[in-house]
Amino acid sequence: MSTGSLQTWAEGWLGNNDVRLLIALALAIGGLYALFSVVLGFQLNGTVNTLRRVAFLSAIYAMLALALNLQWGYAGLFNLGAAGFMAIGVYTMGILTAPVTASPPGFGLPLPVAIVGAILVTGIVGGLAALPAIRLRADYLAIVTVAFSEIVRLTLRAPEFANTRIAGVAFGTGGATGLSLPSNPIRILFYTDPAATAPAPNALGAAIFSAVEPLGIEQTLVIGWAYVVALCLCLGLLYWLMIRIGKSPFGRVLKSIREDQQVTQALGKDTRLFKIKTFALGCALMGLIAILWRLSGGYASPRMFKPIQTFYIFIALFIGGTGSPTGSIVGGALFASLLFEGPSFIRRVVAEYLQLSNAPDTLVGALAELGTLDITPLLAYSVQDVSISALRLMLLGIVLVYLMQRHPDGLLGHRKAIASSVALSQQATREDDNE
Amino acid sequence: MSKNAHSARNDQTQKGQQEQILKVENLRKTFGGITAVADVSFHVEKGSITGLIGPNGAGKSTTFDLITGVQRPDGGEVEFNDTEITGYRSDQVANQGLVRTFQIARELSEMTVLENLMLAPQNQAGEAVWRAVLPRARTQVVEQEKELREQAWEMLELFEIEHVAHESAGNLSGGQRKLLEMARVLMTDPEMVLLDEPLAGVNPTLEEKLIDRLHTLKEQGYTFLFVEHDMDVIMNNCDTVIVMHQGSVLTEGQPDAVKNNDKVLDAYLGEEVKI
Ligand SMILES: Nc1ncnc2c1ncn2[C@@H]1O[C@H](COP(=O)(O)OP(=O)(O)OP(=O)(O)O)[C@@H](O)[C@H]1O
Ligand SMILES: [Mg+2]
Repeated sequence: MSTGSLQTWAEGWLGNNDVRLLIALALAIGGLYALFSVVLGFQLNGTVNTLRRVAFLSAIYAMLALALNLQWGYAGLFNLGAAGFMAIGVYTMGILTAPVTASPPGFGLPLPVAIVGAILVTGIVGGLAALPAIRLRADYLAIVTVAFSEIVRLTLRAPEFANTRIAGVAFGTGGATGLSLPSNPIRILFYTDPAATAPAPNALGAAIFSAVEPLGIEQTLVIGWAYVVALCLCLGLLYWLMIRIGKSPFGRVLKSIREDQQVTQALGKDTRLFKIKTFALGCALMGLIAILWRLSGGYASPRMFKPIQTFYIFIALFIGGTGSPTGSIVGGALFASLLFEGPSFIRRVVAEYLQLSNAPDTLVGALAELGTLDITPLLAYSVQDVSISALRLMLLGIVLVYLMQRHPDGLLGHRKAIASSVALSQQATREDDNE
Repeated sequence: MSKNAHSARNDQTQKGQQEQILKVENLRKTFGGITAVADVSFHVEKGSITGLIGPNGAGKSTTFDLITGVQRPDGGEVEFNDTEITGYRSDQVANQGLVRTFQIARELSEMTVLENLMLAPQNQAGEAVWRAVLPRARTQVVEQEKELREQAWEMLELFEIEHVAHESAGNLSGGQRKLLEMARVLMTDPEMVLLDEPLAGVNPTLEEKLIDRLHTLKEQGYTFLFVEHDMDVIMNNCDTVIVMHQGSVLTEGQPDAVKNNDKVLDAYLGEEVKI
């Protein structure tokens, strides 16, 4: 088969089937990282762990992009404070679950209650934060939310609230040190007493652990993968929810608000209410997703919620294309696997196979050497451990410029689903009448 | 039906006593130094087709904006169906049954023609997000969507744009966009419609048909206030004509009386007019 006909075949197979497209994407990313692992000489445990990490980040960023797509893609609400709402979700959950006796103390509530509480708090705070700006133009909302998210982060970091007592209730954010969170809840599937330091496996746990042990796969990795599977179920649910919303009369109003708020209002829709509801719902989802993100790590700290975090989600959304839930997942997965995780793997592969010495101290130094047509200093600089985040940012910039030039609507942005809960063809109408 | 037949019938309807559906009193609006609407008062009879004419810049579109809450008036009152609606937001005005089209068609260009129409009906069950999502409640939403779909197709046929039903509204021609806007406001099931130059850019054959539709809809009880620059159309189809000039009402009356008013002629010729 020539490449031309292969491409036609691939496009035909993937063309109108989003689920096939997503599966193919997952396989491609999985294949790439399996290859990285082979090149780097990983054992089976290391390979499976690499895949777990990439799948985990992809699922998280896909979900975050879906939530942001609800606000920005569907309704045109420019939320530059996503990181702040994520922080509110995680910290509310953390403070509600922390034992009363812990330092800093919390409320000692069970995890499910705390998660519901955190979703409500994030949603309400989101609605209130948007209230003053929502009647104004999109750029005002952006300014208000980015300021809000920094206020949240700095408040969480402030020593004054690290361990405090307000109205007789003792609690705390842990300040700059951060806050410990409950242990990974998925452990309950595998252990009889998941809270214990050296817990005993239950029947399922024992069966699985003994099955994978000869392959050299550790217990923590089994738990990690179980968590990823649970995340993928959440992702599926959220994807389904977003498609439902997009096709509903509610989604139809959002679509028209995004295009022309005045016309929407002239048709009798209270656009302010629609916008506040959408903003609050999107923020609540971001809070929940951030909880899912941090629960696997067991702690949260303010530096995880810098504005760059919001920027990452926007990039993910732009890559996939705003407006399409499938695009959000594609964008989230591509961002997490190629742009976020990619640079450090490339660094490791390069470092493994090229012996580079005398790396310059700064990027400027590395670039200056380009004048002499010598790229080794730049390569050497790029593969240092410390310069990964600089490299990542540079890569993000290049991708952004490329996207704006070539695909301003993102990779799948042109795919616009019809906002209706039923098929709209005249034939469908007639068939209905004949029922 | 010829235009003359219309005017003959209009003469008959005017003999009956009619109630006022829209009352505008002393409406004012200034933009910086420009007084767009100086002091506008008029009444519109229920079930009538009322024309609103005047030279460019007379303040007709701004008056529409003030009535429908798109802009806030600096002074004056608007009453619709005996409810004072001055200062209402435009969605509240629309929910009272008073809707408007825009002079420059404002189609939702990324949405299809059908989506544009399905958007318009008020108080849809599926506009509550939980009902749109939860399986039980959603059956009700789907039922309603099927009804709306049927209405939308009827409306498309009425305006003869069914062949572009699935097209993005942004791809329509100028005249088709005007038709879409009219169809869309009618989908809201209003009592009264303010039409801002609905015939501009519409071809003569279709114009004839549209005017016929207006009369059919009028018979069904709708009220229309419409801005139009073509004097023949106004004179042959309106029950009452209101003439605006430099932000004020110059005169008001039956088409024949207005036509023979010297002040109206002067206003259109750009001469000094004493109001
Ligand atoms: N938003 C605005 N800002 C400043 N001036 C405005 C604004 N809207 C309207 N005007 C001014 O108010 C006056 C009346 O405008 P309007 O659009 O109501 O006229 P019109 O009677 O509809 O004219 P046309 O027949 O050309 O549509 C004009 O002088 C216009 O320049
Ligand atoms: Mg005008």
